[in-house]
Amino acid sequence: MRYLPNTEGDRRRMLDVIGAGSIEDLLARVPAKARLARPLDVGPALAETDLVRHLRELSAKNADADGYACFLGGGAYDHYVPSPINHLISRGEFFTAYTPYQPEASQGTLRSIYEYQTMIAELTGMDVANASIYDGASSLAEAALMARAVTGRGEIVLAAGVNPRYRQVAATYGAGSGLRLRQAPAPNGVLDVEAARTLCGDKTAALVVQSPNFYGCVEDVAGAAEIAHAAGALLIVVADPVNLGVLEAPGRLGADVVVGEGQGLGVPLSYGGPYLGVFAAKQEFVRRMPGRLVGATVDRDGHRGFVLTLQTREQHIRRDKATSNICTNVALCALMATIYLATLGKQGLVRVGELSAAKAHYAADRLTAIPGVSLRFEAPFFKEFALRLPKPPERAAARLARSKILAGVPLKSFDRTLGDCLLVAVTEKRTKAEIDQLAEALAVAVA
Amino acid sequence: MANVPADLKYTQEHEWAKKEGERIRVGITAFAQDQLGDVVYVELPKVGALVSQRQPFGVVESVKAVSDLFAPLSGEVVEVNGALAKTPETVNQDPYGQGWMIVVQPKNPGEWDQLLTSAQYEALIAQGGH
Repeated sequence: MRYLPNTEGDRRRMLDVIGAGSIEDLLARVPAKARLARPLDVGPALAETDLVRHLRELSAKNADADGYACFLGGGAYDHYVPSPINHLISRGEFFTAYTPYQPEASQGTLRSIYEYQTMIAELTGMDVANASIYDGASSLAEAALMARAVTGRGEIVLAAGVNPRYRQVAATYGAGSGLRLRQAPAPNGVLDVEAARTLCGDKTAALVVQSPNFYGCVEDVAGAAEIAHAAGALLIVVADPVNLGVLEAPGRLGADVVVGEGQGLGVPLSYGGPYLGVFAAKQEFVRRMPGRLVGATVDRDGHRGFVLTLQTREQHIRRDKATSNICTNVALCALMATIYLATLGKQGLVRVGELSAAKAHYAADRLTAIPGVSLRFEAPFFKEFALRLPKPPERAAARLARSKILAGVPLKSFDRTLGDCLLVAVTEKRTKAEIDQLAEALAVAVA
Repeated sequence: MANVPADLKYTQEHEWAKKEGERIRVGITAFAQDQLGDVVYVELPKVGALVSQRQPFGVVESVKAVSDLFAPLSGEVVEVNGALAKTPETVNQDPYGQGWMIVVQPKNPGEWDQLLTSAQYEALIAQGGH
């Protein structure tokens, strides 16, 4: 971006128009104690070569997943981003600041979104997916509001294994409108089925489970569906779509709504965003869904075309009675996911899931061979697991970072009862050598 | 001139109400469906839901607009025209017959007298509907 400063002459003319003698005159009414009494300490202007060198030095202070062996997870994962993605999204037709949705001008954009929706619907086993919303957390919050609108009930029961950040966002979303959130415990890493059955009743709009959950454990989604439906509630499943090449689609296990974070589908980690909010549901809820929806139609000559559809749900038509405040999507991230899925194909996605799970289980075997280190939960896990360490996880993680290994996420700040635990995620990108190095370095750190 | 049956009562918002014993059948008027154009979707409450006079009980969506449906009287919904989910165009074709929407068991039968007569409703739509 270019910065075009005003010249002395420009300033003089503007001051003359408003009748001020100088910039100082203009600021005379600002109290002295609110003003900086010295020039800003920004140093002299730099030549472009010097400036680029300076910025490179600053950015080199960052730690990123390219310079480290990254075992971080907890909602964002270091899956491989195939090179076609960056080449294709950088095209001017796609790389715009604002998504153009008007069908006369934007058939390419609309079609790419339609393809995205189709792929997400197939992966999740749902009838319809929207054009995406901000991230996994906002998708869950929107699903909770939708469940309330559909059922006319005001309580949401969330399994304790749902990402704590998502639960916080759902609480924030629901606070103003009185949505009541209740937590179903997961003492052994997975939902306590009997407790969930007791909590779900005639006030419950939805039961929410995440699988694999925040601790990496695979939940009994079909069992949760049975509990939710027996209470007349919806089942909302939080799923990571990149896992669904291997794990069963939640829709085939009884989910009514599937939401999740789509970052794993070719979206870079980027220090936390922008990410991709996946939202899919059964056909019967389509008029209650949040966000944009692209539909296929035909023009007057019978040619296939794409348009935004069912817009009467949205704010620009329904105003205060709209299903949601969201009237945009993260089109570029959704495009990354679309290209990712098209690039990998069915077999590729299955391979990503198989490799991630196999490497995670190899890592768990290596790490639990360290004296004093064990799996915190016995429930089956997929690509992520909670390790109990004999020394404080924060200190071990800091020590391994010095060896260019991001060992995992210490769980203390998420759950005080798990203060001795480290959450370790393994994607298909991690090599056997990296996993072995992690095990060796952790053995030294906790000895 | 739009069709305004003399045996019905009406609201300012273009719903009709028909007395059937103690119960009240509710729909939208011929004038309303004509103003809306082709109806593509009708959202109705469930049997057992409580509705309040002059408060929205549902939504009618046409190719041109989305409008709330307002209850002529307060009470409990005892019947819902489920057929409209699959054939919303019935509202256009037969607004006073097959296009009915809900039947209400009134909580406060006195509210009936607050509704417009057919003559009053005809006067309303003659002024342009508002």
